[in-house]
Amino acid sequence: MKMQRLVLLGCCAALPTLFAQLLKPSDLLKQPTDAWPTYNGDYSGRRFSPLTQINSGNVHTLSLAWATRFSGTGGGPGGGRGGAGGIQIKSTPLMINGVLYLTSPNHVWAADARTGRELWHYQYPANTGSTIGNRGVAIYGNWLYFESPDSHLVSLDARTGKERWKVEIADPKLDYTSTVAPVVIGNHIITGIGGDHLDNPGFIQSRDPETGALQWKWWTTPRKGEPGIETWPDEYAAAHGTGQAWIPGTYDPELNLYIVGTGNPNPVMAEKSRKGDNLYTCSIVALNPDTGKMVWYFQPSPHDVHDWDAVETPVLIDGVIDGQRRKLVLQASRNGYFFVLDRATGKRIVATPYIETLNWSKGLDAKGQPVPDPAKFPTVDGVLVSPSSNGATNWQAPSFDPDTGLLYVGTSRSYSMFYLTDTEDRPEGWAGLDQGVGDGGNALLAIDYRTGKTVWRHDWPSGSGVTHMLTTAGKLLFTSNGQNLIAFDPANGKILWHAGLMAAPSAGAITYLLDGKQYLTVAAGDSLYSFTVNQPVR
Amino acid sequence: MGFWKLSVLLVPAALRLAAQEPAFSGVAPARGTGAAVAGAKEDPAAVERGGKLYATNCGGCHGVTARGGPGAPDLVRSVLVLDDEKGILIAPILRNGRPEQGMPKPDLTEPQIADIVAWLHVQTYAAGHRTTYAFLDVVSGDPKKGEAYFNSNCKFCHSASGDLKGIASRYEPIALQSRWLQPRGGRGGAGRGGSSGPAISPRSTVTVTVTLPSGQSFSGSLERIDDFNVSMRDSAGEYHSFTREGAVPKVEIHDPLKPHLDLLRKYTDPDIHNVTAYLVTLK
Repeated sequence: MKMQRLVLLGCCAALPTLFAQLLKPSDLLKQPTDAWPTYNGDYSGRRFSPLTQINSGNVHTLSLAWATRFSGTGGGPGGGRGGAGGIQIKSTPLMINGVLYLTSPNHVWAADARTGRELWHYQYPANTGSTIGNRGVAIYGNWLYFESPDSHLVSLDARTGKERWKVEIADPKLDYTSTVAPVVIGNHIITGIGGDHLDNPGFIQSRDPETGALQWKWWTTPRKGEPGIETWPDEYAAAHGTGQAWIPGTYDPELNLYIVGTGNPNPVMAEKSRKGDNLYTCSIVALNPDTGKMVWYFQPSPHDVHDWDAVETPVLIDGVIDGQRRKLVLQASRNGYFFVLDRATGKRIVATPYIETLNWSKGLDAKGQPVPDPAKFPTVDGVLVSPSSNGATNWQAPSFDPDTGLLYVGTSRSYSMFYLTDTEDRPEGWAGLDQGVGDGGNALLAIDYRTGKTVWRHDWPSGSGVTHMLTTAGKLLFTSNGQNLIAFDPANGKILWHAGLMAAPSAGAITYLLDGKQYLTVAAGDSLYSFTVNQPVR
Repeated sequence: MGFWKLSVLLVPAALRLAAQEPAFSGVAPARGTGAAVAGAKEDPAAVERGGKLYATNCGGCHGVTARGGPGAPDLVRSVLVLDDEKGILIAPILRNGRPEQGMPKPDLTEPQIADIVAWLHVQTYAAGHRTTYAFLDVVSGDPKKGEAYFNSNCKFCHSASGDLKGIASRYEPIALQSRWLQPRGGRGGAGRGGSSGPAISPRSTVTVTVTLPSGQSFSGSLERIDDFNVSMRDSAGEYHSFTREGAVPKVEIHDPLKPHLDLLRKYTDPDIHNVTAYLVTLK
């Protein structure tokens, strides 16, 4: 089976090789050190690099190699909130063959990874889509894939930034918006969409890399006669149940499973018209990337009413549970629970809260899924719930370090008041409002995957706690707090290095080897910063 | 080391929120139908006429709020309505009906059709935009129980005849509930894009004392703190900034609003509703 799979991928990759390709899809099956070819650096979502040139012994000498500001000059709508030119880079850059590719809504840039110099800038036409963020591009051969705010999949020539084609992947007038970095698996470009304001159906699509044609579409809520429809009052409620998958998933080539999280059900805060668990919203699902068929699911938030999308990166690791080597999925979910699942079956191995203020659950059901407390469903006069609607964590990338066996995740012990504003029998849209009322602190947590217990924590004195993580075999954990980029010892939480940037890091840091030199590159606001350790002059 | 940890825990939420979150305003922004009409960029007079025409001609089947009725679809979730611009898609249906689907031909003039289209666009805009959502009546608690709770938990800092005198005449109940729960404000409320609220009372200023290894000590109002720096403004208005390396120098923070954060772990929802019900009596 495994052999078959590799052969298949080899065939697909061989077809378009008339000229040298920047990245063959089959290259994605091994973790490169001279590239950062996908959103998470590899398929596993660990955001762990085996590089050691920058390490705990020399990180105190880590210095700025270059910094570059990117602007969206040429008019058009904003590139996301914040940043001097209105540009906010929430994309994890890709680095292939010495070139970085990065995005903000409506913009794609290529830059020389050695110097930061901009090579080309692609600007998407003015549109009415939301510019809340864009997570980046995918690369296949010489082609880049980018999702626009008005839900088009755009393919660019990576060498020139010229548009090859674009296809609509969702109707923007239905309030869909697209922020996902597509995922390349074999000859599939897997896309996701966002938008939960108007009870529109959610779906994941696979598109043809050459034409953009639809290969398959998986609805995130079941249709008539499908398993899971019994978790909705009727087909109509399910069809308007949303559940958008707005963060790229991860992939196990041996099991051939694309594992991805889905978002909240709709109407968001009013539950009376959608009694039941509301599958497959707020779920982790495993799809066959060739067919779009679901193989298993696990639901972190059955019948969610608090906007707790379960889209946080499902991290794939091979670990040891009770003395047995197991293929696992880890998720620190937005609802405040940490889950460890069997990767072949989706069965729960660990399920435990990672913030102690969590107050919405009555415990776990037989499957290990939290049982929501109806007393904490939004009401007209408000209920106090922790975490807040923003979550105990959010889309910001976690990292797993195989050397320590710890998952690093940025967290907040936040509270919101949740108010119901729509009491009709047929509520619509959000149907409610929430107000943050403070928190019991923000912390970086290092969680033992075997138990879900926090091994060490760093409480931040100020600033958001929900930030991005990167670990390396150089015994380093990189994250940020406020405008500071910070290196920790991943074993014990000791701070080893920091640098104050001109804005708060706004996407996950990446690392790669180029001309024998290891770079650490991070987006912050409208700029990229790249660091290296300097060698003595010869 | 022990103290260092303690001082970290004492830092108030607002410092963390300030960097990225809008403050909650005590003054509620415009919400409800007016906000939806403005947001949808429709003529208010046309929308008003359209609402009446809708009720008479369409509401019987599609429901008074256009969310569907027996045998007639929800128009707020209708793909055709959502895709429509200036009535291009809706008007033909209102001119001719859909006899094959059981919808009779309505008897409407072109201007009347335009008015109904305007009203429908406002309904979809209102459903899809939280900024137009209006809070309902949040006062549900028992003022007597709220007063008892106040007397055992709040009176050490607050008094109904002192600082809170007349507070209910200064804030709408929803703003009052939000403000007493978290006087520094927080995320959300104004549709996650709120404006900054009224100035915080000087007595809630966070203060900090920094003691150097030499024993020299500085105190003032906290400007900023992170793991690498702490800064303050002293009583003379002078700015002081200190590099932090682990537990050196010693940093002690005092947040007068910390009890509000501590209470978040203790309130029951009835406690919250009762206290609000009591506070709204302080006219």
